[in-house]
Amino acid sequence: MTRRGFVLIALPALWTALLVAVPLLMVLKISFAEPQMAQPPYTPLFADGALRIHFGNYTLLMADALYLRALGNSLLYAGIGTICCLTLGLAIARAVERAAPRWQPFLLVLIILPFWTSFLIRVYAWIALLKPEGLINAALIWFGLIDEPLVMINTGFGVALGMTYSYLPFAILPIYASLVGQSPKLTEAAVDLGASPLQAFWLVTLPLARPGLIAAGLMVFIPMVGEFVIPDLLGGSATIMLGQTLWTEFFSNRDWTMASALAVLLTLLLLGPALWLQRLELGGRTR
Amino acid sequence: MALLELRGVTKQYGGETAVDAIDLNVEAGEILVLLGPSGCGKSTLLRMIAGLELPDGGRILLDGQDITALPAHRRPVNMMFQSYALFPHLSVRDNIAFGLRREGLPAAEITTRVDEAMAMLEIAGFASRKPDQLSGGQQQRVALARALVKRPRLLLLDEPLGALDKRLRQQTQAELRRLNRQTGIAFVFVTHDNDEAMALADRIAVMQHGRFRQIDAPRRIYDRPVDRFVASLMCDINLFDAEVQAESGDLVLAKAGSLDLRFPADATPRTAGGRQLLGLRLEQIEISREPLPAAPNTASGVITDIEYIGDMTTIAAKLADGRILKASQLNAIHEPLLELDQTVWLQWEAAAVIPLAD
Repeated sequence: MTRRGFVLIALPALWTALLVAVPLLMVLKISFAEPQMAQPPYTPLFADGALRIHFGNYTLLMADALYLRALGNSLLYAGIGTICCLTLGLAIARAVERAAPRWQPFLLVLIILPFWTSFLIRVYAWIALLKPEGLINAALIWFGLIDEPLVMINTGFGVALGMTYSYLPFAILPIYASLVGQSPKLTEAAVDLGASPLQAFWLVTLPLARPGLIAAGLMVFIPMVGEFVIPDLLGGSATIMLGQTLWTEFFSNRDWTMASALAVLLTLLLLGPALWLQRLELGGRTR
Repeated sequence: MALLELRGVTKQYGGETAVDAIDLNVEAGEILVLLGPSGCGKSTLLRMIAGLELPDGGRILLDGQDITALPAHRRPVNMMFQSYALFPHLSVRDNIAFGLRREGLPAAEITTRVDEAMAMLEIAGFASRKPDQLSGGQQQRVALARALVKRPRLLLLDEPLGALDKRLRQQTQAELRRLNRQTGIAFVFVTHDNDEAMALADRIAVMQHGRFRQIDAPRRIYDRPVDRFVASLMCDINLFDAEVQAESGDLVLAKAGSLDLRFPADATPRTAGGRQLLGLRLEQIEISREPLPAAPNTASGVITDIEYIGDMTTIAAKLADGRILKASQLNAIHEPLLELDQTVWLQWEAAAVIPLAD
């Protein structure tokens, strides 16, 4: 390898090693310890000249319904949020792509505009909108559509809504990129060959947008599974997600070992689909 | 009844008229070539026939039925696109079957027809390949098969040979003539290449600024162009701004500088007044190395330029009054080549002099 090539690879490799691999290994190490009242609050990996590996956290994790439910909720709401993000993202990306070219940059700016405000403030704003005496309920009652306020806050609906809202821009952008790259001639050819516009979209546009959809799906699903703020603010006791459990273990219970075990589980869980989809996408490209 | 009838079809883009009240008939089984420079509206016209664009005015009839407002996917008309527009995610077989599947035909029939189409275009060997694994020529055959397998009433071709090299283009032209005869499907072919137009067409429609200048058989377009535009579009031509001097019997005498030009009195179109634009094709001029007996339609000059292209030699001869006359001849094996500064005598038939509208 040339000196130049070595430097080029060494920098990102060092970055990944220091900021990703080492912390992950530390978390992995802690997850195999036992909590103790000390500083740091877990047992060392080596003690009295012997390796001390405890599987207690993992057995508890698999046995306790609390963790499994949190895990189930995480996957459920991240799944719902991802489906909503992809559907809405596809519709919005399509609309932007179909808009007059001179409007497209402006529309794209509108899509990323929410990022100019703090994420936390935007989620708080949803509380104001969704709560029983909030704006949406007030409007619905005023119009006479409902008599009693709808319970939207502290529900699964609130969580799914907050997730979809917060991550939608991350879905729109890659989908938009994959649509804009397509030749309009392909849709015309499909229509010319007898496909209705809807069929042309389904049979040609959508399959060709697959890399964008996969990228969008990964980009929203992964952070959604580990999401903490949204279920904490918009959800209730029935929608506890893994991120919240992890936070509680770490900060309330000061059980670093259990928190680490949860983190390891989460990482493994997300690594699987990410690798699988990446292979799927790469496979599709080389074929 | 014509297969396809266009009546006063008009298309505008932001105040610009791309296609201007066009009337056109396409007969069953013929190859009609729309020929014109880029931006003349020929592609727009084709897209309106396909239904990919809607006309702002006029009507389109197929088999006597008004299809002006019929959406593209319901028209029994198929298009071969300039860039082929093959679906990159589908195999060759699936690309070709795409249109038949939309018709909801039974799977067995689809297989049979796709196999037939692939056999007809000799692409059965790579049925399972993806378009990006094919050469340009192969892609073009797949695109052709994909359109023809639908057995359309009319096949529209939008400059489909532009991306191919000259040899492959000529092969494909022969192939298209064969497919046209074999299937009996009428072709409407768009091109800006006059050689291609003449090689393919039963009739050529020459287009400029959204209108037809002339619709005729290739021979008529070449030999009897109606105006300066059509005459210049079709290969090189000598053009003269002549003054009509006298009409004697069945010949008209016109003068361009010191050059006397006689043409048949019954030839049309004629320019009004004393001025007459005349055209004379290069190969209609006979080049002689010896002085000719004085006769109508003769001239002599000195060769100032020679272009030798194997089968033909084209010369530019400077006449006594400084006017340049271009002439060409087939190269005979025993004849020495013409040389620069050589004096030559030129003559041509009166019938070769074409009166043109300006």
